[in-house]
Amino acid sequence: MALEASGVPTVAVHTHVFEKLARSVARMNGMPTTRQTFVPQPIVDRSPSELRGYVEGTDPVSGRPFMQEVIEGLTRPLDGEDLNGVSFERSTPRLLEPDTEENLQQLFLDNHWTDCLPIVLPTDERVARMLAGTSHSPDKVVGRLRPANFREFWELTVEKVAVNAVMAGARPEYFPVILALASSGVTARSSSTTSIATLSLVNGPIRHEIGMNAGIGALGPYNHANATIGRAYGLLSQNLQGGSVPGDTYMGTLGNWYATSATFAENEERSPWEPFHVQHGFGAHESAVSVFFGGWYTQAGFGPRETWQEKFKHCIAAAEHNFAPLLVLDPIVARGFVERGFETKQKLSAWISERCLLPAREYWDNQWTQTLAHPLAVAGVEPYATRLKAEPDELISVFTPDDVKIVVAGGEAQGAWKMFGASYRGKATISVDAWR
Amino acid sequence: MDGRLRVHDPRGYPPRVTGKRLAERLEALDGKRIYLVDCLFDNSAAFMEQLRRWFAEHLPAVEIRTITPRESWVDDPEMRARVVADGDAAILGVGL
Repeated sequence: MALEASGVPTVAVHTHVFEKLARSVARMNGMPTTRQTFVPQPIVDRSPSELRGYVEGTDPVSGRPFMQEVIEGLTRPLDGEDLNGVSFERSTPRLLEPDTEENLQQLFLDNHWTDCLPIVLPTDERVARMLAGTSHSPDKVVGRLRPANFREFWELTVEKVAVNAVMAGARPEYFPVILALASSGVTARSSSTTSIATLSLVNGPIRHEIGMNAGIGALGPYNHANATIGRAYGLLSQNLQGGSVPGDTYMGTLGNWYATSATFAENEERSPWEPFHVQHGFGAHESAVSVFFGGWYTQAGFGPRETWQEKFKHCIAAAEHNFAPLLVLDPIVARGFVERGFETKQKLSAWISERCLLPAREYWDNQWTQTLAHPLAVAGVEPYATRLKAEPDELISVFTPDDVKIVVAGGEAQGAWKMFGASYRGKATISVDAWR
Repeated sequence: MDGRLRVHDPRGYPPRVTGKRLAERLEALDGKRIYLVDCLFDNSAAFMEQLRRWFAEHLPAVEIRTITPRESWVDDPEMRARVVADGDAAILGVGL
């Protein structure tokens, strides 16, 4: 659309499953008649002859020859709507029309404003109570969210975050954590076809103030604060970014269970290592929340046993390399690593980076490595450029030491660990205290 | 309120949509230079190559150039400037 605005007639080619999304994006950019053509899904793994068949075949949306659509898209004279585009306001009301509880629950469900579980209805009184959990004014802009890079940003205010926090069943004392998550700029409802979830970690005194669980069952549905903060992050993301509706504003082909609620706390008191937020510039006396984008693979193990090095190498080899590992270790495991000479988290991250290697051909034979890392490698961006120079069977490091993040949680009922595909990107640790 | 509740709308604040016009279309493609913009999705280069070959075989009077942005999903102003400077039209694919 930027090319059109610069005077270059343009046709966009999409696969047919994205028709609704492509037309919606064009409309929201004020150019609903953007010339769009479609080929069958998928493009990935199709041979040159199959792709030639797409070119010579029929547009599955219009039913007309694909190339005819392309040529006409560049040559068909403009009509009135092409010339003017479309302008409109999309205000949302502050309050809904009064109705019964049953009808309102159904309305929220029908409008895709929930996670399909019953919600607490956000009455004025409940929202006011939630707002008492922060010193910030209700109309303060907390940040902006969007479901994907090519979508528009929506703005969110303290009051709108409070509405969604109420819906999730959260308590006012949790509200600073929820506001910090809302301000992160990272959505918990990415529309990616790859089915992303956003995990979040709470550190510092706030964990105890609001009674979070970092012990037995730390990652499960066994604590009110853990569960409702994670749920609130999801609800506020979908409602304040413009939706998360399958086939429209959500395209995750499998979906992701972690998207229901995935907030946990570090067991700082039982960890032999520095807390995560202290590693990222905060004082131990400060409270912060960190976000990890992905929620793809989950691998698990116990120990560290005698063959832990082989186990980690296998896990890293099996990891999807677009999302770096977040290792969550029970305190028993963390102490086991200290006994093996890993006095810091950084030392273990460095070992994983340096020793868990993969043949270059395996690293590069990956849809998302090709899509995201290969262009950067060609442009000379490190570490991708070095990885691209490697011979096909040369062993390469696939994660930098800084990519590999480590957190200690759990109740010492077992020496268990889990490895999640969830990247810590950018400045992803946010002050909770700033939102009190 | 006779058993009825008044509750908040949970949605955020969408930006205003401002209409934009499309660029003037070409009367014909012969003699024109069309950029095929490979959006860098996996295998999209292979699709664009088939599109290039189709033009070479069926509309040889059209000059086709293939171009790629520096990164996937990120606007590349330099690439866009090049297309605007010496292209007559563009075909983007495959993906959003």
